[in-house]
Amino acid sequence: MKLQIEDSELVRDYISGDEKALEVLINRHNQRISSFIYSKVLDRDITEDIFQDTFIKVIKTLKKGSYSEEGKFLPWVMRIAHNLIIDHFRKNKRMPMFEGNDDFNIFSVIGDDKLNIEKQIIKDQIDSDLKELIEELPDDQKEVLLMRIYKDMSFKEISENTGVSINTALGRMRYALINLRKIIEKNNIVLTN
Amino acid sequence: MEKIYTKHVGKNKFFKACPETVRFLLDYSRSLHVLEHEEFQFESMLN
Repeated sequence: MKLQIEDSELVRDYISGDEKALEVLINRHNQRISSFIYSKVLDRDITEDIFQDTFIKVIKTLKKGSYSEEGKFLPWVMRIAHNLIIDHFRKNKRMPMFEGNDDFNIFSVIGDDKLNIEKQIIKDQIDSDLKELIEELPDDQKEVLLMRIYKDMSFKEISENTGVSINTALGRMRYALINLRKIIEKNNIVLTN
Repeated sequence: MEKIYTKHVGKNKFFKACPETVRFLLDYSRSLHVLEHEEFQFESMLN
């Protein structure tokens, strides 16, 4: 018959400096405590973390001599684990963790607004080509288009600045766009990013 | 009904902390020393 040393005795030995006693205690209760944590958090890595934090608390309390053998060792450790599980859920409530899966990746909807180097070069090229195309337009149309697109002026402001009616400014803008399209089609220019 | 049962399948699964975690705890325990001075306690980690 194999005699099992009581937890309380192992705790006493550990407090007296026997490190081997801790190993016995951890191995004896590993499955019970880990399974308890896992049943609550349902995540292997989090279970390992909480198990580790639980025993770090146990070790500190025992080494500081703050442990009192009022209850049993295992229920005491379970209480520590339980409190740490609650802390874990409280922390996650404040800062919920989102994990993607094979069907959905968070980075497909949250992206960096900045263009990458390649797209920036393409955009610069398009801007430069467009400026050259605008130079081909008649002066009155070019003037309205520059004010509208590059200076972000309203048609009312354009009409005041150029001394023509709003309708004329609108008409010039319309023809400017039609002519730009014609030039682009005629020269087979591709302006896409 | 199936969904209600299948939802809790993993709940009673046995789980054990891995040997690395246990090893870490034992090493941590060996390196941790608590020094007492008057009413103060100081923790020190000795490698």
